[in-house]
Amino acid sequence: MKVKVLSRNPDDYVRETKLDIQRVPRNYDPTLHPFEVNREYTRALNATKLERVFAKPFLASLDGHKDGVNCMAKHAKSLSKLLSGSCDGELKVWDLTKHECVRTLQAHEGFVRGIVVRFCGTSFFTAGDDKTIKQWKMESPGYGEEEEPLNTILGKTVFTGLDHHQKDGVFATCGQQVDIWDEQRSSPIRSFTWGVDSFSAVRFNPVETELLASCASDRSIVLYDMRESAPLKKVIMTMRSNTVCWNPMEAYYFTCSNEDYNLYTYDMRFLDRPITVHMDHVSAVLDVDYSPTGKEFVSASFDKTIRIFPKDGGRSREVYHTKRMQHVICVKWSADNKFILSGSDEMNIRLWKANAAEKLGVLTPREKVAVNYSQKLKEKFQHHPQIRRIAHHRHLPKSIFHQTKELRVMKEARRRKERNVRKHSRPGAVPVVSEKEKHVVTVVK
Amino acid sequence: MAKFSKKKVNRRKVEASGEGPEQVVRDPGEQHEGLNEADGHVSEEQEEDEEEEQEDEEEEEDGGGDKDERRRQKLLEAINALGGKRQKKLGERSEAAVLMSEFTINAEGEGERVDLSDLIGTVEKNRAVPAKTRKQLKNLQQSKRTVECPLSKQETERIQRDVSFQKAASEVSRWKGIIRQNQRAEQLVFPLNQEPAGPKPMERVVSGWKAQTPLEQEVFALLTANKQPVHDPILTPTEEASLRAMSLEEAKIRRAELQKARVLQSYYEAKARRERKIKSKKYHKVHNKAKRKEFLKQFDEMVKTDPATALEELDKMQTARMQERMSLKHQNSGKWARSKALLAKYDEDARKAMQQQLEVNKELTQKLVTSLNNEQEEEEEEEEAGHPELMPDFVNDAERGLDSSNPWMRGKLSEEPTESERCGSLDLTEEASGVGGGTAEEEEEGEEEEEGEGKEEEALLREFDQRRKLRQVQEADTGPVLSVDDDEGMVEEDEAAAEEEEQLSEFTSLFQEMANSRRDVMAEQAEAAPDTSVQLEEGRRRICTVEDVELLSQEEVAPDEAPVQPQLPPATENMLSAPQKTGKNRKRKRGIELKEVLTTEAKVLRIPLAPTVEDTEESDGKLDQRGLIKEAFAGDDIISDFLRDKRNQEDAGKPKVVDLTLPGWGEWGGGGVKPSRNKRRRFRVKTAPPPPRKDQHLPTVIISEKRNSSISLHQVNSLPFPFESHTQFQSTVRSPMGRTWNTERMVKKITKPKVVTQLGAIIQPMAREELMKDASNNSSVDSLRRKH
Repeated sequence: MKVKVLSRNPDDYVRETKLDIQRVPRNYDPTLHPFEVNREYTRALNATKLERVFAKPFLASLDGHKDGVNCMAKHAKSLSKLLSGSCDGELKVWDLTKHECVRTLQAHEGFVRGIVVRFCGTSFFTAGDDKTIKQWKMESPGYGEEEEPLNTILGKTVFTGLDHHQKDGVFATCGQQVDIWDEQRSSPIRSFTWGVDSFSAVRFNPVETELLASCASDRSIVLYDMRESAPLKKVIMTMRSNTVCWNPMEAYYFTCSNEDYNLYTYDMRFLDRPITVHMDHVSAVLDVDYSPTGKEFVSASFDKTIRIFPKDGGRSREVYHTKRMQHVICVKWSADNKFILSGSDEMNIRLWKANAAEKLGVLTPREKVAVNYSQKLKEKFQHHPQIRRIAHHRHLPKSIFHQTKELRVMKEARRRKERNVRKHSRPGAVPVVSEKEKHVVTVVK
Repeated sequence: MAKFSKKKVNRRKVEASGEGPEQVVRDPGEQHEGLNEADGHVSEEQEEDEEEEQEDEEEEEDGGGDKDERRRQKLLEAINALGGKRQKKLGERSEAAVLMSEFTINAEGEGERVDLSDLIGTVEKNRAVPAKTRKQLKNLQQSKRTVECPLSKQETERIQRDVSFQKAASEVSRWKGIIRQNQRAEQLVFPLNQEPAGPKPMERVVSGWKAQTPLEQEVFALLTANKQPVHDPILTPTEEASLRAMSLEEAKIRRAELQKARVLQSYYEAKARRERKIKSKKYHKVHNKAKRKEFLKQFDEMVKTDPATALEELDKMQTARMQERMSLKHQNSGKWARSKALLAKYDEDARKAMQQQLEVNKELTQKLVTSLNNEQEEEEEEEEAGHPELMPDFVNDAERGLDSSNPWMRGKLSEEPTESERCGSLDLTEEASGVGGGTAEEEEEGEEEEEGEGKEEEALLREFDQRRKLRQVQEADTGPVLSVDDDEGMVEEDEAAAEEEEQLSEFTSLFQEMANSRRDVMAEQAEAAPDTSVQLEEGRRRICTVEDVELLSQEEVAPDEAPVQPQLPPATENMLSAPQKTGKNRKRKRGIELKEVLTTEAKVLRIPLAPTVEDTEESDGKLDQRGLIKEAFAGDDIISDFLRDKRNQEDAGKPKVVDLTLPGWGEWGGGGVKPSRNKRRRFRVKTAPPPPRKDQHLPTVIISEKRNSSISLHQVNSLPFPFESHTQFQSTVRSPMGRTWNTERMVKKITKPKVVTQLGAIIQPMAREELMKDASNNSSVDSLRRKH
């Protein structure tokens, strides 16, 4: 009699080296897995919880300024360099990897209003309250050399904002009017005025590089074309906009941060109503910057928080705050889409992660797979109430929490009142005005 | 400023009209007039500011024109002085003046009007002004028409802004495609313009390299001596350009085009090969006929549209006819014909073939336009027909094989074909009988012309197909009748073969009678039933047995072999084994009952229609709402339905007894052995009764007990935003994504992140080059589309 022995080929179940993953034979027949949804739900729940556990966005604080940080600029060619100007006219260049200041210079008397790095990264411009625009070398001066600007332009009025063209040697300033300057000349090559205003910010469009947008004190946002002699159009809103930022990937979208606690994303072709109203801040929004991928933007507010909004979402996905951070005046999103930098009143610059729970550094392939999978799981089950609750939960400072609540109540009351008025008046006499239309006063051609 | 100032003293020429500040007069005639009536107009001009003045001056005017200028001036001054503060002369506003003098000191003569002629005067003296401009100015001076006043500054600026905005907006809109594409993209990899992986040109890699060793220097010396490129790119500019001429995308598109063309070509080749391989003469005949028809149609059109080519075609046809007449091809004078002629005495086939030849010849040499058109194809056909040894006609006959096994069938069929069969299967009978082929063909052709030719051809093609299939079946099975019987009834097979044959013949006759009678009935119905509704007829048909359905279908399709194959067994079933299959019939009756139920339902549906019509007639369009609702819900009893539903739900909620007995455990098992009662009682599990239903005492309410509060915490209770239906949402949730349930590749595909960024890479804003790329892509796609 022949005895048959159970035998298996070791190749089927033995891994080649101990670094390999254990082989797990699987049967993918769906009838064998009746609880797949439930199991994935549990995984998603765990992933969401873990995300909240690992959400530690704050990385570092760069201190050294002797006054509030008023403006910042990213280096065009280097990720590790950051320039910041403070309210006492001091300018600092930071090394972000070492978290230290590498250069300090007294750029202006009074505020440094604007800093911008030239597209080549070899020099940068500053504008200050002393009515001057200065061009500086990016390299720090050698031993014994004095810290001197390459070039100084004396203006007639105070400059409040500064931005450089993406490719040409042209930059724009704003103050009493918007000026376009050639780097080689000491007088503006073009000045735009439209009524008597003072402007608070001007930004070049990074994609259609000849277009600009500026925020004026008459609550308007004005668009310009560098090649034309007159401005293009302006939209007047109910409250003043502080800054404006163009989407770096989508040429005709820009977002402005407004005094009425909201941000508005506009399509520059249709200014009569914003595409999206981004609400969540509880005080004036002071600065906004797009992520380089154009998918999200970060906003800094007077309410001492930074919020991250998806570009087409009405509510923020993230809020950053620390106990010591005061009114955040300026904010930047780093060029590699990984970090956020905020400069605030209390003289500090803070470095944050753009994705709070993200692991920094190089990931192994298996880590990557796991991250991707859990990300997809969270996305898939995002509408389930428990997951949603956990994913949306953020701890807020007491004041902000209560203010949010108060705002909600106010809004509800207003809504109710409006509804009642409508109910008690002739049909059609009190039209329904959508939230988007509410904030635009008029568009001036 | 000086430009605008003007001396009063010199004011000889005065403009005629004082209508508006912008108005300038260019009419010399009018100027003369102005000279004559100088005073009046001057006064008019000045009076713009004050009304008092005006009156005085008008008095002066009345006094008569030519007074001394100086006196008048004095007078005016005096009057002005009287006016006091109010009458202070207001200077005309101009930008320059405001800028120059901050204390609003007006220059002398500032407030006065400037004349075009004054300005032109200097122009004429100036040599630098080109003659053309001078001429234009002169023309301007002479033209009588007043120039429209230019728009205000605000307005012009506004227009300017509007225009430039439109321009900018259209410029920006070019990005729309890219933006939309990126928004829809499954995955975006940043930075966007990454350098393509792969080998780089050598010169870029070794840009900073210099020859150092003596060997290298020697080599370079050689290279320079031979005028080979050293520092420059290895490829000359022209070569590079030629390389760049076709980009990757273009090459891809081109390759795709070529591939498609090749595929099409091979497809057509294969098709042609397949068609060429078909040996059937009949098929080719039909095919050629279709072609000929097509050609005829085309020819008719061609005569209208392109007469020259039509003429050529006609010529061709005529030459073909001439050739046919000259040649001895179909004259039965060749070698083959002679050999056939020897056989013709005894062999019918040979005779038939010869007759066919002659027929063809006749046809080809007929002097008819249509026949002429046919000639070429016919000729080809004849060439094939010219070698009947290779492909005798009867090979294609399916009937023959069939008949060989069942001579009865053959006889019957050929003897008593029904009318409908005859028209459909003329050639079949003709070939089966094998007599008078030529005449039959003639008949056929005549009929074809009579009937709709398209239909005929279709029928022929179909028949041909069927016959091919039949042949296959024949080859597969030994006897066709047997194979059919296999399917239906085994009882018949046991009977003797001879008996079978007899029966079969009987059946065929019976069946044909039946079919005939059916058809007659149908025909009668069709005649009698124009007034009865179509539904009624359908209802009747539905009740018919399966056989009838088959019969109907065969009537519709190809009646020629209907009696031969599938119809037989059912007929036999019906007629012969009627007593045996009463049970079966009962069963079938049950099935029919079901159908009857269906038909009765249809009737029910029809009933409410008629009364409503009557109602409308009675009440003159005044419909009773209640009545309508009653009618609408006449069929269903809502309350009983509800009660039934509730009972069902209650039943579903009741605990069920679970039988867990396993046969063979603890006692004997095997086929037919049942587990003991004791055991069954022991392993029957009764679950505890559920808590009383919430709707226990509410007779008109059903409260679902399915909702579980502990689970509902985790359940989505409203449809999330982007989804349009709950099924959509469910389907997204239902499909798992993990590695436990999917293959590795699938997981990778599913869990692809939406945005990928490279660690430590600066992401530049979208560059204009992307737009160019997009445009070039689009254009290439467009061109591709245009080509196809």
